[in-house]
Amino acid sequence: MILNIIGTWLAATLTLAIFSFLYKDNPFYKLAEHIYVGVSAGFWVIYVWSFDIKPMLIDRFISETGIEKWILIIPAILGVLMLTRWFPRTAWISRIPLAFTIGIGAGLGVTASIQGFLIPQIGATLLPLTNINNILLVIGVISTIIYFYFSKEFKGSLKLFSRLGIIFIMIAFGASFGYTVMARISLLIGRIYFLLHNLLGII
Amino acid sequence: MIRHQLPLIITFFTGMLLIITFFIPHKPFGDLEQRFLIWYSIISGFTVLLGLDSLVRYHLSKLKKEFNIHSFILILSLFLTLILGFYSWFKFKTPFALNSPFMFLYTYVIIPLQATMFALLAFFIASAAYRAFRARTFEATLLLIAATVVMLGRVPIGGYISKGIAYFISFLFKIPYEKISEIQIFAIVSDWIMNIPQNAAKRGIFIGTALGGIAMSIRIILGIERTYITK
Amino acid sequence: MREFLTKLATIDRRIIYLLTFLVVCLPMIFKMIMPIRVSEEVKMAFKEIDNLKPGSIVMISIDYDAASEPELQPMLIAILRHCFSKDIKVILLGQWALGLPLGEMALNQVAKEYNKKYGEDYVNLGYRPGYTALMVGIGKELRDFFPTDYKGIPIDSFPFMRKVRNYQQIDILVGLEAGATGDAWVQFAGARFNQKIILGTTGVVAPDMFPYLQAKQIVGLIGGLQGAAEYETLIKKAGSAILGMPAQSFVHLLIIIFIIIGNIGYFILRRKR
Repeated sequence: MILNIIGTWLAATLTLAIFSFLYKDNPFYKLAEHIYVGVSAGFWVIYVWSFDIKPMLIDRFISETGIEKWILIIPAILGVLMLTRWFPRTAWISRIPLAFTIGIGAGLGVTASIQGFLIPQIGATLLPLTNINNILLVIGVISTIIYFYFSKEFKGSLKLFSRLGIIFIMIAFGASFGYTVMARISLLIGRIYFLLHNLLGII
Repeated sequence: MIRHQLPLIITFFTGMLLIITFFIPHKPFGDLEQRFLIWYSIISGFTVLLGLDSLVRYHLSKLKKEFNIHSFILILSLFLTLILGFYSWFKFKTPFALNSPFMFLYTYVIIPLQATMFALLAFFIASAAYRAFRARTFEATLLLIAATVVMLGRVPIGGYISKGIAYFISFLFKIPYEKISEIQIFAIVSDWIMNIPQNAAKRGIFIGTALGGIAMSIRIILGIERTYITK
Repeated sequence: MREFLTKLATIDRRIIYLLTFLVVCLPMIFKMIMPIRVSEEVKMAFKEIDNLKPGSIVMISIDYDAASEPELQPMLIAILRHCFSKDIKVILLGQWALGLPLGEMALNQVAKEYNKKYGEDYVNLGYRPGYTALMVGIGKELRDFFPTDYKGIPIDSFPFMRKVRNYQQIDILVGLEAGATGDAWVQFAGARFNQKIILGTTGVVAPDMFPYLQAKQIVGLIGGLQGAAEYETLIKKAGSAILGMPAQSFVHLLIIIFIIIGNIGYFILRRKR
């Protein structure tokens, strides 16, 4: 109970320190900012230990037998080689594990983009032009893609489609802005709720 | 050879293996893919630690030159978190036990700091809306109209405003109010904007970025793109 | 009148901040409640979970952190309430490490409400780095990445987890997204393994997910605080999302007024020049 009270006051102090930035930059805000960076960095180390090194390497090494056990030395070595980036003389060695991770990422990305995005999305655009919504959807997709085609000068029908494209893009950005406003305000509502409910007990 | 060619060979091998395994998921490709994915997960954890070194080094060097309270607080916070984390791990078998000191730090330090940092954006967006959003051109006007309709359509107050508009229309055109009072015009138009023009434009944009991403991935696998091994 | 409108166009930013603050505070202090209109995409998400039989398995991925907690935590709590009220088993995992404790807090809170037991009704698997590899890897075998839960207990010691090997045993995957992880779930788990996916996203990410909804790559979309409020309305249990909507409404109106005032001032100043 007492820890709860101390914690709430600590949280409220830090919240108000960050909010003080709205008036102007000040030492309290800077202090809170540095605490945040330090604590987050510490958190990441604990996470890497608790959720990666311990269960995936150490516990596995202890529980597995035979080849499954000893083969874990390879990712362990690659992981340690990644840390050679800290030292300028040996930083080139980190290219090896980096190449491994980038190769995996690129290989996964190619197939995922085609199977998981391009084909279904293009398929969903192949609609019968039987109602105005379908017509607008098809024209919208085509004109937006044409807008970003910079290999040819915009003349004639290309110019018309690119103009249509910018209209669709502006409507999309307006809608995204509306949603973004909603998102940002929600975050403020959350903090104000904490101050009014948890700290002051008004609501 | 080792410094420049070996990383390219590894990238090519791993990238191609994953693409081949997509088409031939049977042994040995499927098993090798699974093993490589597990290794990727393990190595990604070490990548996280890379950023830590530059952070600690920078602030320690600042402290060596002259005492800086902010750098001191940062290093202190970092080590305090590590101590609490490992202590919680020893005592509670996991640092994420809800009654552990580590979770106290998370609940009363991380959450308020992180949440408030982003809550500041609400004020900045209000200020930006006032200062910067100008209907200078036809396209900008379109953007603002779409934003207004979506902002009103997504919240309950849009329903009340729609009722007001319905009352005004019923008065002007002598239409019975009961017939049109339930039509939430902002919500309906907002839903239409999200499902049709917004959908179309976003799909077009993402098709473009997906094609670019595929091209970049293939360039990386084939060794044409080498920027990741320049250091 | 012109002078007044020109002055309105040059209000100090701190007054803007103060007005925003007041407009958020006052509806909450006066405990205003407004009716929530439920959108189609949230209804679709609700129906998918509602149609599940008792004993079905829902996997929830915590892909957000404290920065998006006000939007996504009410969503998570509402979905957990829905699942537990229907005796659906829940597997929690996370792709955003700093958000995982939020998932644990929500699980603890809602499990107590419905007398659900850890290991029998729900499990928290924890976090693993390298989310794309994990999404593809657990399509083959979950235990390759999660041999134990977040406490280090082998997952085979939990009765309902013994039959879970990969996506085939998971009825619905719910991704709570504050970034691009939702795309990865759709492109890897959805496309490659035909996993049924519902996405709950922040307001920033929600517009980008509509193409997936229209292409039927996801079966429901819950967007932002409004989406969370809609879901709370459907499960008939009010939470912080419904409480926050009046404040949300008035601030939206305030921002529209700011835009109108700003533009009026701009056009008057432009005419003067």
